[in-house]
Amino acid sequence: MDNLLTLLIDGLNYASWLFMVALGLTLVFGVLKILNIAHGSFYALGAYAAASFVGWAASMKFAPWMSLVAMLLAAVAVAVAIAPVTERGLLRFFYGRDEVLLVLVTYALFLVMEDLTKLIWGANPYFVSEPYGLFGSVDLGQMSYVGYDFALVGLAVVSGLATWWALNRTRQGKIVLAVIHSAEMASSMGVNVSRVYTLAFGAGVFLAAVAGAFTAPMISVQPGVSVGVVVLSFAVVIIGGLGSIEGAAIGALLVGLARSVAVHMAPSAELFVIYAVMAVVLVFRPEGLFQRIQARKI
Amino acid sequence: MKAILEANGVAKRFGAVVAASDINVKVGPGERVGLIGSNGAGKTTFVNMITGYLKPDEGQIKLAGTDITRMKPRAISALGVARSFQIPQLFGDLSVIDNMLVALACHASRSGFLRPARDPLAVDQAEELLQRFRLHHHRSRRVGELPGGVRKLLDIAMALTARPKLLLLDEPTSAVAADEKFQMMETIMSALKEDPDTPVLFVEHDMEIIERHATRVIAFYSGRIIADDAPQAALAQDDVRRYVTGELATE
Amino acid sequence: MNTTINANASRQAPAFLSPRVLAYAVGTFALLAVAGFHAPTWLTYLITIAAGNALVSIGIVGLMRGGVVSFGQGMFFAAGGYGAVLLFTRFGWTDALVLSIAGGGVALLLALPFAPLLARYRGIFFATLTLALSMVTYGVLMKVPELGGSDGFSIGRPTLLGERLDGASGSYRLYLLTIAFALGMGLLARVNFDSPNGLVTLAARDNELRVEYLGTSVRRLMGVNFLLAAFCGGVGGALVVISLGHVEPGFSYWTTSGEFVFVAILAGYRSIPAVFVASVMLEIVRSFSSAYFPNTWQLALGLFLLLIIRFLPRGIGSLWNREERK
Repeated sequence: MDNLLTLLIDGLNYASWLFMVALGLTLVFGVLKILNIAHGSFYALGAYAAASFVGWAASMKFAPWMSLVAMLLAAVAVAVAIAPVTERGLLRFFYGRDEVLLVLVTYALFLVMEDLTKLIWGANPYFVSEPYGLFGSVDLGQMSYVGYDFALVGLAVVSGLATWWALNRTRQGKIVLAVIHSAEMASSMGVNVSRVYTLAFGAGVFLAAVAGAFTAPMISVQPGVSVGVVVLSFAVVIIGGLGSIEGAAIGALLVGLARSVAVHMAPSAELFVIYAVMAVVLVFRPEGLFQRIQARKI
Repeated sequence: MKAILEANGVAKRFGAVVAASDINVKVGPGERVGLIGSNGAGKTTFVNMITGYLKPDEGQIKLAGTDITRMKPRAISALGVARSFQIPQLFGDLSVIDNMLVALACHASRSGFLRPARDPLAVDQAEELLQRFRLHHHRSRRVGELPGGVRKLLDIAMALTARPKLLLLDEPTSAVAADEKFQMMETIMSALKEDPDTPVLFVEHDMEIIERHATRVIAFYSGRIIADDAPQAALAQDDVRRYVTGELATE
Repeated sequence: MNTTINANASRQAPAFLSPRVLAYAVGTFALLAVAGFHAPTWLTYLITIAAGNALVSIGIVGLMRGGVVSFGQGMFFAAGGYGAVLLFTRFGWTDALVLSIAGGGVALLLALPFAPLLARYRGIFFATLTLALSMVTYGVLMKVPELGGSDGFSIGRPTLLGERLDGASGSYRLYLLTIAFALGMGLLARVNFDSPNGLVTLAARDNELRVEYLGTSVRRLMGVNFLLAAFCGGVGGALVVISLGHVEPGFSYWTTSGEFVFVAILAGYRSIPAVFVASVMLEIVRSFSSAYFPNTWQLALGLFLLLIIRFLPRGIGSLWNREERK
């Protein structure tokens, strides 16, 4: 049964990573109705920024746990630097146009950011490995797991709950929910919809950057990171239902477990499995598991 | 006189709401039938059942002898039922002439690839219809830019490309300025004069237009037909005056 | 019913392709053939690849006219490429012309089971389902050893009418073959777009409901468009692979599909030559950037795409097709 435990734990770890990545994407779609391809780029930016900030913290001989603070600051920096400029300087011009057109705009943004990251950080990989050892290791059964992975699970849960709480239990959040439901109605009730958009987009970028920053120690931060993240986050969000946080959580768990099963029992199917689940959901329940918008025309 | 449209014992219910009940109608060639009744009385339900968009719970609908009750909308359209829409359903990005050509292309035979869409024969047919509706001078304009009255006329012209056996007009003069209404109905009716045998059913709220242009009036109330007669006679009936035109107060 | 307003009503319907269009096509071929003979090999090679890629984008344009954007045409590009390679290595089919058409056929077969499904989707869901399917294909291609795994396959030089296409003269003949296919399929696309199905496709993009009420099945239309796009993608894939000499799973990755979409957007759906021009532009930017500014070609592409979307939303084709109401 150790194998089963490993499988489940691996699945859970991967699911947390996926959820962190997908949360921002589904939020942005829910509010702005934009399926943001550049979301993967924001993730990558978070990871790169974390690499820089953590490296800087290390060179200043700060305590090891300060690297966590550095990561958080990196995410904040990315959100502050990128979100307002992108939303106000670019996306705003295309609101109200065809949803696929907006996808293309974010695709163009993705292309631009790919190279910008390369220009700033170069093409060589960064390894932010020191923080990975911060939480030691956890022994379960016969296997030893990295504590950091579990900490990430905790972070995923916290992010999800915080987002949910912010939307459903705060006044500002209720306003955002109103805009999600109908921007036109909300606007006619006096809500500053454009400010909500900026806020929501900023939150989306921040969440993507947080995901990138805190998972940087687990990957090699290099060009191309964003590319894989795009499809994975899409898969999770589609499965769960565009715009749904619970959906993103369930989707992440499903995909995480599916991948874990594949890795442990049929390794050659690993890549295939994730996209296959996405395709299957799209075929049988294209709205996703938690969605009300109509996907099929006829 | 062979009936073009026949409805026998048609009924339709939506849960507790009776949308149609005991509908018996026979429409022959050349008739101009006005369908009147207040909102929710059953006129649109009736039209939608003829076009196949709704299926009756009971009864039968026949087109020129063929039972179309259970047929799919596209099949019914292929048999010769055409309709226009209250809010004109057009192709806004295309020109007027292209809208007509699309309509013609949709009715074309299976050989969808053998002739270009803008084949001169098709263009001639399209232009001829546009002439009838006095839309010819708009032919190259983009439909999205056209005023409401022109759009309504185009909507009807497109329905006619099918050379239908039965034409259904859903509120042809609604959303048109009061002073334009009569002119528009004149244009429509004179355009239809070229097809004197095709029966036309039109949903209409303006009784003056009904009196002027209909050869027959069917009045609906609560899903039932309360009058089916020549316009003067139908409009004089107490029930019609009570439940449709509002001349008599209801209890 | 009063018939003739126009006394010419009884004249013969013209053929789809006017003599003028055919003359342009033949003239362009002659021009490109002569130019290619004198041009440096890197240029003819670039145009060969661009022409093959453009075929995939023509398929996307066909779908865009119906109002949907496919983010997964890489799947059919790959199908054509892998099809050509497998037929070459396993069955000994070496003729380039046959391989190209066969590549289209393989892609068509792959598309067949999915066409009825995809015909029911629009917007984001069409885009993401096509993306998902192409990524599944990628996953399969990466992991199945019989299909070459992550390394893919190589293909030797094909033959044409019996002769092996070796060396510089062989490359030149491949160039001629590719542009001949490009022109030929471009003409066929023109025929399709001018046909009743083509016009009704444009209408469906605008108002599907009315098309249905006018008696045409939009689902069937979209399905047919999808199959045609797949065929184009397959032919393009086969042609590119034959010139490239190699095929690998990346052909089906979403970023490859994205580039085909980029070209289609850049070109717009009003002019077929624009698609080839746009594809050549992409190849030129790609080649020069890799050589001189390796870290900026995607930046250039992205900015370019944004400019086009913002200022020329109907693509570069609208620059010379402004009057036409297609």
